[in-house]
Parts: sequence; structure tokens; C-alpha cells
Amino acid sequence: MQAFDLDRSWRLHPQVSIRPEPFGALLYHFGTRRLSFLKDRTLLAIVQRLRTEPSAGAACTSAGVGPADLARYQRALGALASSNMVIERQQP
Amino acid sequence: MTVLSTPRPSTPSPGTLVDLFETGLDAPICLTWELTYACNLSCVHCLSSSGRRDPRELSTGECKAVIDELERMQVFYVNIGGGEPTVRPDFWELVDYATAHHVGVKFSTNGVKITPEIAARLAASDYVDVQISLDGATAEVNDQVRGPGSFDTAMRAMQNMADAGFTGFKISVVCTRQNIPQLDRFKEIADRFQAQLRLTRLRPSGRGADVWDELHPTAAQQRELYDWLVAHGEDVLTGDSFFHLSAYGGSLPGLNMCGAGRVVCLIDPVGDVYACPFAIHDEFLAGSIRSPGGFTEVWQHSELFRQLRSPQTGGACSGCPFFDTCRGGCMAAKFFTGLPLDGPDPECVCGLGEAALQARPAAGLPRPDGDHSHRTSPPRPRTGPVPVTISRRRVDAAPVSACAEDPLAGFNPASEPSGCGGGCGN
Repeated sequence: MQAFDLDRSWRLHPQVSIRPEPFGALLYHFGTRRLSFLKDRTLLAIVQRLRTEPSAGAACTSAGVGPADLARYQRALGALASSNMVIERQQP
Repeated sequence: MTVLSTPRPSTPSPGTLVDLFETGLDAPICLTWELTYACNLSCVHCLSSSGRRDPRELSTGECKAVIDELERMQVFYVNIGGGEPTVRPDFWELVDYATAHHVGVKFSTNGVKITPEIAARLAASDYVDVQISLDGATAEVNDQVRGPGSFDTAMRAMQNMADAGFTGFKISVVCTRQNIPQLDRFKEIADRFQAQLRLTRLRPSGRGADVWDELHPTAAQQRELYDWLVAHGEDVLTGDSFFHLSAYGGSLPGLNMCGAGRVVCLIDPVGDVYACPFAIHDEFLAGSIRSPGGFTEVWQHSELFRQLRSPQTGGACSGCPFFDTCRGGCMAAKFFTGLPLDGPDPECVCGLGEAALQARPAAGLPRPDGDHSHRTSPPRPRTGPVPVTISRRRVDAAPVSACAEDPLAGFNPASEPSGCGGGCGN
């Protein structure tokens, strides 16, 4: 699997519903009818910021992710991208 | 429910998802909602003993209020079933209402109402999924369980769905001793219609209690099923219902735990909330959506759900090396076969259930609550022609009984001097 590109801009798929939970969040994709989980609140914060931040990397930074943890969140975002939960956003 | 986990972060992990879910969520992930007990069929294994409509069924307005509540609770989708839900005159209205309020719908049907027009309408929605029930890959095997003509009805519905361009609808099969040899044929049917196969476990619930002994898979068939499921991976859905089979080896895809009262529950046609669709019995009744506070109150505060979410001990199974994945199996299966809830599943792959079934008392099994079966089901055995005699009505000797309510009962125009003024003759 190709590494998730942190320099590009991303967004949650329009058919995905997100429900915050104490442990993170539940995600449901109405197109693929799949349920997924965000296993911590930081990942939830990143996903919620994807839409407004210029890049996924910027979303991670603004959610408070330090360099040491970046690779881990990059992998998590990669998994969300491969299941179509997050998709690339066209540049305006 | 199909579950896809994201990779596990290595640092502050709150435990596994199963651990999190065991203590319950503020709202269910999905729930089963049986809209009606009315059904055109009389399947021998019906988990809700459906057939006749319950006159106390929720009204359209009450159903919409439930949907409003599910929207507020952010329940992603409901599994609508029955009975045959599409026979409710307001069924399509409720489906539209739910999807307009961000509650996705997956409904189960025997296909009786899936006309080409309806299929086209369903294909146009992103928020409706359809599950067509089929319990045999041939009419012979299917109709024995679901009744004459039901195979053709289901196949016609699938053809209509495929013709309308609805791909990925589900074909839902309850695995039985008779249809497990047909697994490959089921898969062929699903592939032919570009549908997805869903295999679920037969439970001794509803009328299923009466036929479980003859229909439930043998031990050898359970192994065959497990291997088949492993070979097909996420391509075949299971409703996460075979977690007891994980003791054969690795876990199957999905959530391997009993979600009753923790992540799922059942709302029945009269608004009663049960821990799971397979446990329609007072013992598992959590409350009613008709009580103050509605569904939210039941989900969040019922005593039963509180108990189900408290840490469970393995009981007789706690020493078993497979307890982590099997977790003692299905609560409803144990209950309706008369086994203790903290012991092995009746279909325990280690064979402990078999032994427990032998040891249980012969009588006194719990009976499912509420029998809505058609009064003619199961069909009475007919051994030959029914003798009838056709004769003319004897107008000269109309019987008058003590309870005849007709004001003209016993009145005989021929014996009256002036005859009848009209309208009362025949």
C-alpha cells in the first residue's frame, strides 16, 4: 500500500457519518455500508480538521500531533483512505 | 454489521474494542426494528413467530417519533424486519422518513413486494439496503422451510433488483443442516445477481424452537461452514453471528462478541425493547418505547441492559482456552435450549454443548413469548382429498338458533299472507 500523502488535502467522504464516543469515534460509510472506528480522540480531531486545513499534515499539527507520533497517525489515515472513509479533496 | 477496524495505535490504547463495547455505548450502533408481525409466509424457523398482525402495532406517527429519536441518538442505521415489513401500508413512507432524517435503512424481505417499480425506486437511494431471505439454493430445500412458492418469489425479487441496477443487495441465508451442502450454490446465486451473500446462524427462537433439533447443523457441518467462511473472508457477511465457531481457529471477520444490549437491541412491532432479536421473552425485555422517556430511556437506563453491560464471568467456560474469542456463545441459543447462560453454547465446537443438552431436564424448556403464527400454521397434515357435499340451500327450513342476530331470523315470507316488501329475499 502506498503511504498516505500528508502533503495533500483530504476530507471525510460525504457519505460517511461520524459519531464521537468517549474512546474516539464510530464511523459509518453509507456507500460501502461499513463501520469503522477511530481509536482515540486525537485521530478524531485530525479527521474533523481535514476539511479546513490545507493538508493532512497541517491537520495533524493543529490537532497537536508531535513528530514522534506522526507516522502512527499517517498509517491510521492511510487505512481510512484505503477503505474510502477519507478521500482526496480537489484544490479550489 | 460489517466491522472494519482501523490500525491500532500503539500508545494510549484504552483496550480492545470488544472491551469497550462490553460496557455498552450511549446509543446502539444499529438496531433491529420489527415493524409488524404480519407475514404472508409461515417459515418454520421464524424467530418472531410471525404471521398475524398485532392490533397494538405502532402507528405511523409513533414510528416516526422513534425515527426522530434514533436521529438524535445518531444511530447510523436500522435493520427493519418483521414479519414481512413491506406489507405495512406505510412501509415506504417510513423508509423515506428515516433516510430523510439521516437514519439509514436495511430491510429484510421475502421479496413479495419487490416489483420492478419498487426495485427501481430502491436503486435510486444511497441510504437503503435490501436483504432478501433465501434458505435454500433450490426450491426443494428452500420451500420446505419457507413454504411453497417462496423460492420463486425470492428469485423474482432478486431478478427485479438486478434489472434495476441495484448491486450489492444482500441474500440472507439461515444456515441449516439441509442447506449447508449448498453453500457454493448460494454463492453462485449471489454472484449471478451481483449481490452479497450473508449467512447467519439458526437460533432456537420463536418457531425456531420447535424445529431446531432437526434443522441445526451437525458438528461436522459447523466445521465445514467455518472453513468455508474462512476461505471466503470478508466477501461473505455473517451478521457477526458465528463467533462461537472461532474456537476452531482464528476469529472470523467482524465483531466477535454478543452485542445484546451493548451495541444492538430489538424494538418489536408493539414497541417493546428486547436485548436482541433472538430473545423475545420476558427475561430479556428491557422496557417499552411507549413508556416515558421513550427508547433513549430504555437503552440508557434499563436494569436489564445495565446487567448485560456489567462484566460477565465465563462461568463454566472461564477455564476454556477459547473463551476470549467464543465468549460462551449465544445467550438466546442457550436460553431457549434450556442451558445455563453462564455455560457453553448448545453448539459449542468443543462438544460441551452437546453434553449439556444430554444432561438437561427433558421438560420445562422456556417458551418464546407471543405466538403470532397464522392459525393454520404449521399447515395441518392433509392425507387425501377433503370430502365435501354440494347441495341446494334448503330455503324451506332456515335454522334459527338462540344467537341469531338478524332481525328477520326465522321470518318466512312464504308463510306470511302479504309476503315481504322487498329487499329481504334472496
